[in-house]
Amino acid sequence: MLGYALRRVLSAIPIALIAVTICFFILRLAPGGPFDGERALPPLVLANLRAHYNLDQPLVVQYFIYIWRLLHGDLGPSMVIEGFSVSRLIAIGFPFTLTLALTAFVIATFVGLVAGMIAAVNQNKWPDYVLVLVVMIGVIIPNFLMAALLQLWFGVYLRWFPAGGWVNGSWMHLVLPVTVLAWPHAARISRLMRGSMIEVLGTNYVRTARSKGIGQRLVLARHAIKPALIPVVSYLGPGLSYLLTGSLAVEQIFGLPGIGKYFITAALNRDYGIVLGTTILYMFIILALNLIVDLVYAWLDPKVRYR
Amino acid sequence: MAGITGKDAVLTDYANKLATLDAPKGRSLTQDALRRLTRNKAAVVSIFLLLAIVLIAFIGPYFLPWSYSQVDWTAIRKPPDFDKGHFFGTDQNGRDMLARVLQGTQMSIIVAAVATVVSVSIGVVYGAIAGYFGGRVDAVMMRIVDIMYALPYILFVIILVVMFGRNPVLLFVGIGAIEWLTMARIVRGQTLSLKEKEFVEAAKAGGAKPWTIIMRHIVPNLTGPVVIYATLTIPEIIIAESFLSYLGLGVQEPQTSLGTLISFGAPVAEVLPWMLLAPAAVLVTMLLCLTYIGDGLRDALDPKDR
Repeated sequence: MLGYALRRVLSAIPIALIAVTICFFILRLAPGGPFDGERALPPLVLANLRAHYNLDQPLVVQYFIYIWRLLHGDLGPSMVIEGFSVSRLIAIGFPFTLTLALTAFVIATFVGLVAGMIAAVNQNKWPDYVLVLVVMIGVIIPNFLMAALLQLWFGVYLRWFPAGGWVNGSWMHLVLPVTVLAWPHAARISRLMRGSMIEVLGTNYVRTARSKGIGQRLVLARHAIKPALIPVVSYLGPGLSYLLTGSLAVEQIFGLPGIGKYFITAALNRDYGIVLGTTILYMFIILALNLIVDLVYAWLDPKVRYR
Repeated sequence: MAGITGKDAVLTDYANKLATLDAPKGRSLTQDALRRLTRNKAAVVSIFLLLAIVLIAFIGPYFLPWSYSQVDWTAIRKPPDFDKGHFFGTDQNGRDMLARVLQGTQMSIIVAAVATVVSVSIGVVYGAIAGYFGGRVDAVMMRIVDIMYALPYILFVIILVVMFGRNPVLLFVGIGAIEWLTMARIVRGQTLSLKEKEFVEAAKAGGAKPWTIIMRHIVPNLTGPVVIYATLTIPEIIIAESFLSYLGLGVQEPQTSLGTLISFGAPVAEVLPWMLLAPAAVLVTMLLCLTYIGDGLRDALDPKDR
């Protein structure tokens, strides 16, 4: 197990490095730069600015400077927002994004598991049909449309929750964004759970347990839930990274102070530092999540380890 | 010599009789799949509905009194008005919403079609090559797919679109270039098992080159999973396009897409609800139809899965 874990961690390193390289060069090969404002800067000022951010060096040299700094944990300065380093902007914005995504993740996973289980136990009865409908709505309606509809209904007509914006420490402001984020995730989880639960409930060992006279509740708790969870576990990693990226859009729509706002503005301003820094941060999170899922899988299933 | 024993005459008669009889019709796999598909009511209804949307989106504008960029100064921010021909009302600039919704639907359909073709072609060829050659080639090619998977997809598209200018062609290519990853994985998996089959061995023995084997023998056998997965990719691409347009990164004015229309409709939905409802209804209907068609095709083409 330890050997497998070590091999997996080591193989993730070159992947991360190559992905950083791809991002770096794609950004730099694109036309335009951070200092192409509406008003052209005087050539001398522009040259000084470019020299300050090492933009006057050959691309390959810039690349190595960037990697060297990255290895020291320094994501460089922001080129548009004065006096802010990328790390500091991430430190300001990312905790909020993480809170939003994790809240949605925990709620959605729990709701999805319970709903999927209830639907599987009541297969082809009304709870099952209700679930299919709710899942369909969650999967079909894109998050920006869902956000608009919820804002309109609960924010404007019913006035239950604020339709957008952020007041520090107010959970009311989080209800709608978290719902928008969590719904599709819960829908996918419950669909997976329902499928695998139905399969498990049809197996011989569950029938054996039933024939011994064990009640429904004990059969579920002792025999059915654990094996039914395996396919769901494999979706949790991609699911969380999906929530983290989806959070960017939701923050933009609801006007929340996460990293999403900085990212989209930065991309429009060609602020290489922030765009690259955020992308790399997300990439590392996705890689780490994949790694964790692989390790959990190897732990659950010994066959994977010796492949 | 015919007719010496009379046996031949009997046999000939019998053969003629057989020829005139209706032989039991053979059913090909495709016909089987079609039968299963037509029995699925939701899928059939979805196919007709989707065809209707596509036809109306492309032909409809020729029958409308207003074009999508035309301004009617006498009707600004007006609800549906049948006398003037504004069947879905007008927006803040006095442009006819029905014409704009049709144009937006066109745009979403075109983006989805082109991006799907791009992603399917790249995915199938890439996956088939990786799977067929196997070994080191496969390891390297699939590692690249792993790396691209690690790139945060939507950030990547945002970067592409922002950096290289907002032109629709780039939007197609950008979305298509990222959606091919899963397709490549599926195709590779199928190819791995297909290449061990006898007909591939026969083709090899006949001296066929690897490229010929891949294109003539392996790719045609991938039709089932590829078609299923492609139908499921289309809604994803439509969502991605409308999301980018929603952020203001997609199609530019005066052209429009369903995402752009929704993004303009959402803030004013309280006072001008028709501006949000019309594009939202079309988008949701299209996505719903595509999902049902995808599910129907999966059931029809892959009966094992049921």
